Order: sequence, then C-alpha cells, then structure tokens
Amino acid sequence: MAVTVSIPTILRTHTGGEKSVSAAGTTLAEVIDDLENNHGGLKARLVKEGALHRFVNVYVNDEDVRFAGGLEAAVKDGDNVTILPAVAGG
Amino acid sequence: MLVIRRDLVDAMVAHARRDHPDEACGVIAGPYGSDRPERFIEMENAERSPTFYRFDAAEQLKVWREMDANDEVPVVVYHSHTATEAYPSRTDISFAGEPEAHYVLVSTRDPIEHEVRSYRIVDGVVTEEPVKIIES
Repeated sequence: MAVTVSIPTILRTHTGGEKSVSAAGTTLAEVIDDLENNHGGLKARLVKEGALHRFVNVYVNDEDVRFAGGLEAAVKDGDNVTILPAVAGG
Repeated sequence: MLVIRRDLVDAMVAHARRDHPDEACGVIAGPYGSDRPERFIEMENAERSPTFYRFDAAEQLKVWREMDANDEVPVVVYHSHTATEAYPSRTDISFAGEPEAHYVLVSTRDPIEHEVRSYRIVDGVVTEEPVKIIES
C-alpha cells in the first residue's frame, strides 16, 4: 500500500531535500511510522503525545485529517498525503 | 531586507484596519527564488480573535496548491496585532513554519498611525530586517 507524501520546506532536512516521498501503511499512523523508518526525525515533528502536532496540518487527498480520524485516518494505495505547517500565531 | 511595493503594503494595512479589533492575516506570493512579493492573498482568520490568528486549513491547502501550480512561494506571511506593537509574540515564534518567508507584522493599536515591520523567524530565533518600500 504505497502513498505519496508531500513534504513542506521546513521538514525537507529529513528527506534529503525531497519534496515528495513514498510511504506505506493503511492508516496515517502507519504511514508516519514508515516515514520515520526511512527519514528519521520526521515523526517527532508530526506527532506529540500520541496525537498530531497542532503546528501541522495533514491532508489525505485534500481532506483535513482532523475531521477524518486524525492518526487513525484510513489511507489506501495511491492516496496523496500532504503535510503543511499550520500558519498561526498570536 | 524585504523589498515590497507600496500598493502591497497599503493592501495589508487596509486589511488589518478592516478586521480590527480582530487580527487579520494573509500571504503575498511571489515567483520561486525571486524573494519578490507580488500576488496579494487575504486569508480568513479561522480564530476570528483579537489575540490569535490561524489560517483556515482548507483555504490554506487551496492557496498552497495554487502557489505550487504557479511556481510561487509565500514570500510574505502577514498578520496584525491590534493592541500591541508590531513584534512577533511568543506564539508567533513557536508556530513559525516558513523559514524562507518574511513575517510581516502590522500594528493597528493606534487608530491613525500604523506600524509595519518585517522579520525572519528561523528555529525560534527572530531577526528584524529593514523594509524597503518601492513605488508601484
């Protein structure tokens, strides 16, 4: 089950500069674990205390995963996962 | 240094004034590698708050996709402070996720005089930079 993951500029240090990488899994959590195996350090930038970090937005095929189960969001072969840093502040 | 056209500065200030006392936010896209802000994009402040701002996640994805398709990057990320000076807050610093962007702060705390300042925010470190306004 391969998906394509778009990596934002700020996280490309973990992917050797690659804008998009391939990963495997049937849920977002599995995809992130697989990313971590190949691009160490990514998981800590995305997940905190078992939930998605509030500083990042993750989309599966354009759907914000916050409304689709978070880390348990289902992914299937050929899906596109997009990671964007949330733009926010005070 | 941020080099920016006067009409783009005016557009940020007008947006900030219009949304006052809530914070206003947006981006100015420019061609990849140019460091030149050109396309002004007002964003929805999903928080609608006088002390916080957050791009709506769905709108952000749409705008980021458009930029990708146009070979653009967010050259400027701007937002307003409506009761404090135009300096990044602690939350601004912890959220800053675009190391290549110029973070522009517009303060509307004074009803007549506005303040526009620009910063780089990289790995939690804030560096103010000069703003050079060019006539459009």
